[in-house]
Amino acid sequence: MPASELSILIIDENRLRSSIIEAGLREAGHDRVTVLNSTQEVARRVVEIAPDVVVIDLENPDRDRLEHFFTLSKALQKPVAMFVDKSDAAAIGAAIEAGVSAYVVDGLRKDRIKSILDMAILRFNAYSRLQRELDEARTALEDRKLIDRAKAILWEQRGLSEPDAYNLLRKTAMNQNRRIVDIAQSLITAAGLLEP
Amino acid sequence: MSELRITAGFLPLLDSLLMVVAREKGFAAAQGIDLALVRETSWANIRDRVAVGHFDAAHMLGPMPIASNLGLAPISTPILAPMTLGLGGNAITVSTGLWQRMLDVGASGSIDPGPAGAALRAVIATGTDRLRFAVTHPYSGHNYELRYWLAASGIAPDRDVDIAILPPPLMADALATGSIDGYCVGEPYNSVGVAAGAGRIITVKARLWANSPDKVLGVSARWAAQYPEGLAALLRALYGASVWCGDPANHAEAAAILGGPAYLDRPSDILLRGLSGRLELILGETARVADYFQPHENSATFPWATHALWYYSQMVRWSAVPHTPQNAQLAASTYRPDIYRAAIAPFGAALPTSDRKVLGPGDFFDGTPFDPADLDAYIQRQSG
Repeated sequence: MPASELSILIIDENRLRSSIIEAGLREAGHDRVTVLNSTQEVARRVVEIAPDVVVIDLENPDRDRLEHFFTLSKALQKPVAMFVDKSDAAAIGAAIEAGVSAYVVDGLRKDRIKSILDMAILRFNAYSRLQRELDEARTALEDRKLIDRAKAILWEQRGLSEPDAYNLLRKTAMNQNRRIVDIAQSLITAAGLLEP
Repeated sequence: MSELRITAGFLPLLDSLLMVVAREKGFAAAQGIDLALVRETSWANIRDRVAVGHFDAAHMLGPMPIASNLGLAPISTPILAPMTLGLGGNAITVSTGLWQRMLDVGASGSIDPGPAGAALRAVIATGTDRLRFAVTHPYSGHNYELRYWLAASGIAPDRDVDIAILPPPLMADALATGSIDGYCVGEPYNSVGVAAGAGRIITVKARLWANSPDKVLGVSARWAAQYPEGLAALLRALYGASVWCGDPANHAEAAAILGGPAYLDRPSDILLRGLSGRLELILGETARVADYFQPHENSATFPWATHALWYYSQMVRWSAVPHTPQNAQLAASTYRPDIYRAAIAPFGAALPTSDRKVLGPGDFFDGTPFDPADLDAYIQRQSG
């Protein structure tokens, strides 16, 4: 069976992440990939999709229901087993670490499913990294805004130039073993309290 | 003494209380444990993360470790249950619409399972629609209690009603929108359904099966073998927490701690209902069920082999596993009173003299006794 003949179902409420995984699987030659962004449709759709492999994110609160459904579902023809091989502890660990769970029709060749799972793990991790970087960028931007605000207060209240204001914040942070942004935050809070 | 870090998973339910209090009230620290608690979203995640070693221990459904040891779980690893995390805690809630129909056929309003079951049976006999109930997991006390109650009330699960699996946080909404007619779940999700005006609590676990377990502490056999002292210290911490939680004077504080953002993230008054046994059955109607949830009294943390065997008898009854002497032995040996006794000994508390007991006519609401020595005959007699 060529790669393209396997039917793969991705259940993930996160649209961005599921599209990243879908793209990866399509690039790898899998044409029969279906994405469901809501668990509501699963029961209705699974019969027509007849998946060989189901990939679900671990954070899905509906996982117990879906797992029970897959276990009972006649659509999957055979009992489903989780992951490639129950003894493949390292693969299972890597998947769970990444936040992926998978259900596989029993009897499929191990190497064929492993490549799908590996791809899902890779893309889940890539998504997490992206999310982390976005969060960091957002935090950095907010930090800079706080520091700018603190510098403006020092300029208004004490007539300090921008470099002097920054140096004062930096020195205070060093002396107190705190981050500059924390000093800036304290200063903004204090200024707020002292406002008439 | 260096602290041992123990990572434990839990689902946001009332009976995660002992784990939360063990951490927040210093019982774990006093035993030299840094107890890290991780809130999870599904029992499947709890099972998988214990299996791969992310969690050393976890809040588990009573039948879950038995299912794992019997090879019923997708990832089956040997799991021990060396402690029960309290008795009772569940209830059966039906939609206000179904409750009205039960009233119409003469329901008395009693929360005793017998009359409630009779009224439900009368509704089913006259109705044309098929009622749909929800439970949290196939291998759960909720599933087995609901089925036991239905069957003893003359209602055949699977034939007369549907039983679906649904995560607890979705149950109240499902009841309100009519996609289910009732559910069996732990607190606070019965009270949540009542407070939303969606349902009425019609009976409680404490009346269905007196002094019965629901959640257990599950630990992987691998971890238990590697850290026997750590496990004993964890059991002592949880036991200390159970003593504290068993004192009604501490209920308000316990509910406030449990309601915190890292745990159930809910107002403490809704948690206090199950904890104190002062239930609101339906908006405006209250009832006092003193033994609704017992964190300490009546050997509430003792892992009876009898309880494991009763759950096993229900797994056989509902075709999850065939009855063989080997399976029965595996089930019974999943609960580990020996580990519990050794760990708890320093408290000097009176413990049960045997690991098994006969459940008499007063234990199950229908009066059927359960003698673990008579397992084969019990399994033979029960209807499927």
